[in-house]
Amino acid sequence: MINTQYRLTSPMVIETNFENLDINSGQILVRPKALSICKADMRYYFGMRDAKVLKQRLPLALIHEACGTVLYDKNDVFRTGDKVILLPNIPGKGTQYSENYRLDSRFRSSRADGFMQEMLNLPASQIIQYQKIDDNLAAITEFISVGVHAVSTYQKQVKHQPKRIAVWGDGALGYAVSCLLKYFFPEAYLTCIGVNRSKLAMFRFADECLTADEVTSQNIFDDVFECVGGQASQKAISQIIDTILPEGIIMLLGVSEEPVPILTRMVLEKGLTLIGRSRSTREDFEQAVYILEHDKKMADRMKMLISEEVEVRDVDSIHQAFRQSKIVDFKLIMNWKI
Amino acid sequence: MVIAGILAGGVGSRMGQRGMPKQFLELAGKPIVIHTLEKFLASPEIDAVIVGVHKEWLHLMLDLQKNYFGEDKRIAVVIGGNNRNETILNIAEAAKEKFGAVEEDIIVTHDAVRPFVSLRIISENVSAAEQYGVCDTVLGATDTIVQSENQEFITDMPIRSQMYQGQTPQSFRIGLFESVYCDTEEKEQNLVTDACKLFFLKGYKVHMVEGETSNFKITYPFDLEMARMMIGEQKNDQHAV
Repeated sequence: MINTQYRLTSPMVIETNFENLDINSGQILVRPKALSICKADMRYYFGMRDAKVLKQRLPLALIHEACGTVLYDKNDVFRTGDKVILLPNIPGKGTQYSENYRLDSRFRSSRADGFMQEMLNLPASQIIQYQKIDDNLAAITEFISVGVHAVSTYQKQVKHQPKRIAVWGDGALGYAVSCLLKYFFPEAYLTCIGVNRSKLAMFRFADECLTADEVTSQNIFDDVFECVGGQASQKAISQIIDTILPEGIIMLLGVSEEPVPILTRMVLEKGLTLIGRSRSTREDFEQAVYILEHDKKMADRMKMLISEEVEVRDVDSIHQAFRQSKIVDFKLIMNWKI
Repeated sequence: MVIAGILAGGVGSRMGQRGMPKQFLELAGKPIVIHTLEKFLASPEIDAVIVGVHKEWLHLMLDLQKNYFGEDKRIAVVIGGNNRNETILNIAEAAKEKFGAVEEDIIVTHDAVRPFVSLRIISENVSAAEQYGVCDTVLGATDTIVQSENQEFITDMPIRSQMYQGQTPQSFRIGLFESVYCDTEEKEQNLVTDACKLFFLKGYKVHMVEGETSNFKITYPFDLEMARMMIGEQKNDQHAV
């Protein structure tokens, strides 16, 4: 059967690519249904990645956050119409490192074609069935699972029950991580720090919301999650180092294209631990699905991450969706009708 | 119920392949008709697929059915009629007999030689046929259309923005098609080869579904070359079943 892929061939240029898809491959034939545009996709689309990286990785079908429906499973494990979350990680071999950080692992919309395709053949290990989650919310499970991955990692590292945790960043990631911290550490006092008051107004569940210039005290937070990324990382990390207590943990989640200077003298003086986390494992996905299916309050809060939904029927509407994603507060979902 | 009717009755006289109908020629290691069948089988809206094939090629189609789909009960093969609409009529009959379809059910008819049809087009056909009773897949004309009644001089040049090229699928309620076809005089039945034109001539409003340039018909050797290039296949003149 002929399948159509929608690949970015150079910044802001999407071309159709046709491939022969084997219906009897033994994998599960899946049709993407709702696709969420991530900042990483936008960096590729708008040509904000290093030219060398673009040359190496394009053409590439973008999008790594998606849900879909099963079209056919030769082995009858899944039924036609089953709703599934699509996992973007194609784990490499070996067990020394976890599946998401293996050097030979490939990640869709980065080193392998993403979900902007008419259909995909996926192994059962790369889909998770869901029933009680809205499709648009299911589409951002990958994003939520990255938050789960970071918070779980932190949970394993932290020695004492934290009294005060802070999250730097008022974007989608900061919001998701803040929600998850309230879920995993309900007793901790949560402070959310950003620059945009209207965005911070969404963080009603936090114990305290501050703009970055309102943070003047030093040595107040046990541990901090950095969800800023980009050029603002330096200022945020510098502030975090000032405000964190000795032997605190800084979870670094924001993505920066350029090197970020860090005052290592203070990191050493305070005995801080810096941990980087970006991609999630299947276990994190399963936990995210469990939370969304069993905790209505969490599902409702996470739904706030969806700023807009647009229908995509052709390549023109893909372009419109990417342009629109630049101006929405959080996430834009493409209702995939192409 | 929604039935796909794959029209594979052609005899391939334009392909220059010594009589091998174009729907059986290979594309990426697989007969074109199989690509098309698989696409409809993968479509969530489609319950069953019936292939209408010329009687001379029935044996080959049955062999292919067995080889590619084994005992899959969602597929049936019938002998086509003397023209396109007769083949659709045979498919409609088979839909009732083999799959228990009723007059209200939808039939999505599609050329076997348009393997690049998308799930979007199929889905929108089903929705439109359910809502309007009949629909046609069309693509806005990009070339200026010129009309000539004497094949020598232009007699009209219609406004391009109002011109469309017909593709397939063409979809309709089974009962509606049967009644329209039966209400048409035999002479007209032979003249009007397009199913949607029959509806149009009888005064029905035929809804338009937007087609795609990639949903082209593999008619001439150039088209097959194009299809093979599109799918990244190397040129190979030895392709055939």
